Amino acid sequence: MVRKEFSIAKLPGFSLIAVIVFVALYLPIMMLVIYSFNSGKSVAIWEGFSLQWYVKAWANEQVKEVTLRSVGLALSAATFSTIAATLAALGTTRRPAFKGQMAIFALINQPLMVPEIVTAVALLIFFGALKQFTGYQGMGYLVAAHTAFCIPFAYLPIQARLNGMDNTLETAAADLYGRSFQIFRRITLPLLMPGILAGFMLAFVTSLDDVVITLFVKSAGQDTLPTYMLAQIRRSITTEVNAISTVLLAATVLLLILFFILTKKKN
Amino acid sequence: MKRLSYLALALITSASMAHASGELQLYNWGDYTNPELLAKFEAQTGIKVTITDYDSNDTALAKVQAGGHGFDLVVPSANYVPIWVSEGLIQPLDLSKLSNHGNIAPEWMNVTWDDGRKYSVPWQWGSTGVAVNVTAYSGDVNTSSIFLDPPAELIGKVNVTPEMNDVISLATMYVGGEPCTEDKEVLKKVRDLLVAAKPKWLSMDYGMTEKMAANDVMASVYWNGAIFRARLQNPNVKYGYPKEGYPLWMDSVALLSDAQNVEEAYKFMDFIMVPENAALVSAFARYANGISGSDPFMPADMKDAPEILIPDELKAAGHFLPTCSAEAQAFNTAIWTELQK
Amino acid sequence: MSASENLTRKTSIKNAWLLSSPALVILTLAAAGPLLIVLVYSFLLPGQYGNVKWGFSLDAWVGIFFTKDIFDGTYQMADAHLSIFWRSIKLSILTTLISLLIGFPTAWFIATRSPTMRTFLLFLITIPFWTNLLIRTFAINQIIRNEGLLNTLLLKVGLIQNPIEMIYTDFAVLIGMAYVYLPLMVLPLFASIDRFNMSFLEAGYDLYATRWQVLRRIIIPVTKPGIIAGSILVFIPSLGAYVTPRLLGGGKNMMIGNFIELLFGQGRNWPLGAALSISLLAVVMAALLIYVKFANKGNSHGT
Repeated sequence: MVRKEFSIAKLPGFSLIAVIVFVALYLPIMMLVIYSFNSGKSVAIWEGFSLQWYVKAWANEQVKEVTLRSVGLALSAATFSTIAATLAALGTTRRPAFKGQMAIFALINQPLMVPEIVTAVALLIFFGALKQFTGYQGMGYLVAAHTAFCIPFAYLPIQARLNGMDNTLETAAADLYGRSFQIFRRITLPLLMPGILAGFMLAFVTSLDDVVITLFVKSAGQDTLPTYMLAQIRRSITTEVNAISTVLLAATVLLLILFFILTKKKN
Repeated sequence: MKRLSYLALALITSASMAHASGELQLYNWGDYTNPELLAKFEAQTGIKVTITDYDSNDTALAKVQAGGHGFDLVVPSANYVPIWVSEGLIQPLDLSKLSNHGNIAPEWMNVTWDDGRKYSVPWQWGSTGVAVNVTAYSGDVNTSSIFLDPPAELIGKVNVTPEMNDVISLATMYVGGEPCTEDKEVLKKVRDLLVAAKPKWLSMDYGMTEKMAANDVMASVYWNGAIFRARLQNPNVKYGYPKEGYPLWMDSVALLSDAQNVEEAYKFMDFIMVPENAALVSAFARYANGISGSDPFMPADMKDAPEILIPDELKAAGHFLPTCSAEAQAFNTAIWTELQK
Repeated sequence: MSASENLTRKTSIKNAWLLSSPALVILTLAAAGPLLIVLVYSFLLPGQYGNVKWGFSLDAWVGIFFTKDIFDGTYQMADAHLSIFWRSIKLSILTTLISLLIGFPTAWFIATRSPTMRTFLLFLITIPFWTNLLIRTFAINQIIRNEGLLNTLLLKVGLIQNPIEMIYTDFAVLIGMAYVYLPLMVLPLFASIDRFNMSFLEAGYDLYATRWQVLRRIIIPVTKPGIIAGSILVFIPSLGAYVTPRLLGGGKNMMIGNFIELLFGQGRNWPLGAALSISLLAVVMAALLIYVKFANKGNSHGT
């Protein structure tokens, strides 16, 4: 579609508002990043460049522990949810519609529709009872909960990618290979891979980010990075949190760049 | 070949893990445990302590009641200990495993809420009062009217910490009643007073040590040791003992009935009853402790700090809160929920 | 359909369910299923120190609307609970309006740039969205607190004598939520504007319409699907918000999410918390249904 000259599309004040919005969107985050390198404790008065908060955060055993736990949890949740989402996408796309398909969509997208606090409270009750009943209080509950709410995030890019793939290659392969599993492994899967990777990364970031559900499901000694930060922020305004936030931010940006590259790739 | 090396690796890892002995899950108030204490404990016993925070007695009780918590030790306040006992949430202590039990100061040994200390060992004790930043208000600090009827300079600047028992007791004593009263007239006055005062408050939050030190909050109901630490960072913070009546409390460490790491828990409880270690506990949070012989090891600034030494004329106004009857508790909870609008 | 086609179709449906089953099982066990338990709990009695006592009771549901005055036993409108619900709805609507007012020009701006610029700007809008919620709320906190950036600047410039108390107010929560949910408004708006045919604008101007009239009569009606989608995407999460009001509201300005947490903790009233959760869910579902209805209406008219 050819864009008309900008003068027609120009609406007074809109560009100004848009620019202000972009600045306002990034200003708080930039301040956080900049002042994480501040040698003083204040977040408004610059006292000189220093890496002390990063050193302090890194030396903090608890920070290391919760970070490892968060990353481990996110990796597990992302893996399981991506597998489940891939299977579900294969089952629900490129097929004629059938009865009950709506129900499947609703269930898969349930975490997007239900407020987190409601799910959190539900899991508090359910898992709490399970913990008492079975005596098992390990990370399994957190992995299950995270996997569940990551599924829709993994599902969306995979389904989008699958929808964009036509059947011709696979039909041709059917003549050559015959067995559908082989077709899947050698044709469908490689073609689908960018979507799967994108889904994995979305799921990873979503799990890493989660506060509310983790807060209600965790047992003793199962703090994740966000719940640790929440406790810190509520109690004290340490600049260590700035440093940790900046590192998290950098990691998220890197992952997002990867995500954008992967989804831009058109075969 | 690959498999053998994996096996070897697994064996080596498990062997090294055999040396990393126990762990302990401590459920304690936020900002209340000295990291040095835990480091010393780990160096001495090899036991790694993980703390999880809570901000109020009621939160802790609710969390443990909900089940599946995974903690071993909890640190309730005095007036709550009988509740924990009656609900079966904490277990009686095997005193033979606590060689330092005799170190408990005599005045803290036979308390009404745990005679002979069979369920809990002392952690720290203190008072709940009001703190004011003197640059915002220079009048009398020793009164609950700071938050119940704020002076003009403090309207919209006072924080009231959401510790139900403390706040309701302060308000009850302000209107002339007894804490844990079941007198409906008094309770009604308390409810009306609190509800009328709430619009004049800034917030109902914790973390006042940092927030008053950072000048985010100009006045607050809070605990003496935490205010002491705020003053160390911000000399303008002044602590007051409400003359209408203020709560005294003691927090003690108790062993949860479904604790997993019982032996480690006993070691920890024994550890904190050694005078030097009790002093370490106090040194961090700046509260007094209940162990004899810890004075020589306490930080010098605690000896004459206004937050620790109660002025003579205000000593009588300090009351240890009793454990409320179920009916009184129900009233208090109802008032409190109505307050959280 | 022939017999073999029928069979293929049946196999296809069977496979569809089979493939979807892992996802469905996980979601039923760890997301949707437990919601039923919440419903059950809303009909029970609260335990004295938390948890529940088994016994059927409508107290929780009645309690949403009416409280028994603890002293004279009379029933009154539970303005405590309702006012929290009302505050949540009010703040969510305001957040949605603010995001719409500043999000629309932003989306328009992005949609009217060159393709490379457009992708770059979209990328810029997405990053804050994927940044940890705590970080973003914390960042806003650092700006608006008494010794934060805004107050320090204003004091330095001399515009104010004393710091403006912004933190721990409804205003702080509003700013926080608008900041956090803005990208969710911009993206659907952009998608809608992107499809907008600029020649309509040309037609409008040819008929001597002012820019304002063009906006009102052409652009907004055509981009309505995007407006509605964005509004729903902002309204729903902000209604159930928890972290932002907790950090910026100072415990005094609770939204429904915070109040529900309180009832499961200090407040010791699980059934009421469960009833409120189901109510929140009902409101959200209603909003979604409205969206679906509007979205379908829009589709049937084309464009």
